[in-house]
Amino acid sequence: MFRRLRADDLTTTIYFDGRPLRCRPGDSIAAALLAAGVERFRTTPVSGTDRMPHCMIGNCFDCLVEIDGRADQQACLVPVREGSQVRSQLGTGKFDAV
Amino acid sequence: MTDTPRTDCELAIVGGGPAGLAAAALAAELGVETILFDEQPTPGGQIYRNIEANSRKLDALSDILGADYAKGLALVERFRSSGAAYEPLSSIWQVTAAGKLGVSQKGRAYLTRAGRIILATGAVERPFPVPGWTLPGVMGAGAAQTLMKASGVVPDRPTVIAGSGPLTYLVAFQLMKARAPLTGVIDTSRKGLLETGLTALPVLPGFAGDLLKGLSWMAALRRARIPVFSGRNVAAEGGSRVEAVTFEGRGKRRRLPASLLLLHEGVVPNNQITASLRCRHVWDAAQMAWRPWTDEWGVTSAELVAVAGDGAGISGARAAVHGGRLAALDAACRIGRISRAERDERARPERQHLQRDARFRAFLDNTYRPNEAVRRLANETIACRCEEVTAGDLRALVAEGFTDINQLKSFSRCGMGQCQGRMCGATVARILALSLETDMESVGYYRLRLPVKPLPVAQLAELGNAERDLRPSPLGADGDPSQRV
Repeated sequence: MFRRLRADDLTTTIYFDGRPLRCRPGDSIAAALLAAGVERFRTTPVSGTDRMPHCMIGNCFDCLVEIDGRADQQACLVPVREGSQVRSQLGTGKFDAV
Repeated sequence: MTDTPRTDCELAIVGGGPAGLAAAALAAELGVETILFDEQPTPGGQIYRNIEANSRKLDALSDILGADYAKGLALVERFRSSGAAYEPLSSIWQVTAAGKLGVSQKGRAYLTRAGRIILATGAVERPFPVPGWTLPGVMGAGAAQTLMKASGVVPDRPTVIAGSGPLTYLVAFQLMKARAPLTGVIDTSRKGLLETGLTALPVLPGFAGDLLKGLSWMAALRRARIPVFSGRNVAAEGGSRVEAVTFEGRGKRRRLPASLLLLHEGVVPNNQITASLRCRHVWDAAQMAWRPWTDEWGVTSAELVAVAGDGAGISGARAAVHGGRLAALDAACRIGRISRAERDERARPERQHLQRDARFRAFLDNTYRPNEAVRRLANETIACRCEEVTAGDLRALVAEGFTDINQLKSFSRCGMGQCQGRMCGATVARILALSLETDMESVGYYRLRLPVKPLPVAQLAELGNAERDLRPSPLGADGDPSQRV
């Protein structure tokens, strides 16, 4: 659904549901996922339907994903970090044991 | 950013947009020990998002974002050299009337006590509920602009923009320049620019540039043969993704195939913190939104807390700078760095700018009153995205006698999901007001609870410096969890 105007500085790699994605340092996780064609960030706990970011500024909470084993992370507010493991959040999501 | 968090300061500022940056820079220049907290990784707010990095490179993106955006760099540079401390990527989960801020940063929570606080939390896009607006592929027009500024990411599938106001046309113009496949613009404003021309006449001389800019965007869309419709009853259609946008135009239902629908009918103050503080708020009938009551310096009914910029009522980025400086001057005066005479003297030019801008704002408010975003929702339309509560669900509860907004919240769960009412509050209040044939003031708003941003229990349990504070807060202990730790 989206493309990048600049593709020359994709030096960071994150993983989404195990798949490696090249992104730009400074991207939010939400921007990196959208640029890579991800449309389902999460499913809702109520009806189980798919959601994608709606506001991109931390207001709507539709971009919630699991980042490095922690559920309920606002993908639009978290910058990409080399090697971040991101998972789509299904329903209420899950926290990995620490 | 420091490794050991500063736990006290003279002035804390929340938000790194034009108001916050201008306030922080001036306060620090006047010798006030200032910390600016911001949720974003870099200064600029949403309007000047990522301005430093984007200014280092002149390319297609710079051309798309334009000269008005580039002006933000000076504001950021003055802030950077002012000596104000800067805490990016910080989520503020509480502000108390006693001046205590709850901060969450790098997976850790701490409290900072501030002598005074300036909230510069800006605006958010007005929630625009239409049938199908929870489908992947429905976003705010501002959200698309944020993607462009922050990451140079633009739509590459058929896109429709629906809404009214300057940002609708600006985003359409920018997407056109970015060669995004824009297949239509649906203008939902009730009156055209021509009809409000009479209102515009008295302000025209000073603001011809702004008006011409808006007209030039429209002309560019026409030249690019991007269809602009006048329409209402916008809806997103599709099974699990947006497949088409439908609307009523010239008396008939029309359908545009699309993968992305961008909605926008203006912005509203982000007043989650002042609402949680139980500050006095006033209903702005022209802007159809609540805003915190303030005095002429931006000080709210919580004496230590001021609001500047769009958070105090939508006035735009230019005005936000002057509002931020007024709040900073007043803070510096109350902290004892400048005299009242100096404060008043330095405030004069700022007020002149604000008065000038206010005339243009009144014109914009009148021309682009929200229309579709505040219409009566169909029963099937989702009002609360988090808990997936429809307008019909709410009307059924109202008919059963749940006529208080907080009662309605408890029984419907609207406002109790992750977004804490940010996306549904105004819609639920409007459904209630229409059902009871009363006004928004009588309905009121959700009683918001702390924390105002989600906070992991583990972070709260490990709060580094939650000393027992027995000093009564000016507004009472209500809503200050640190006083009960």
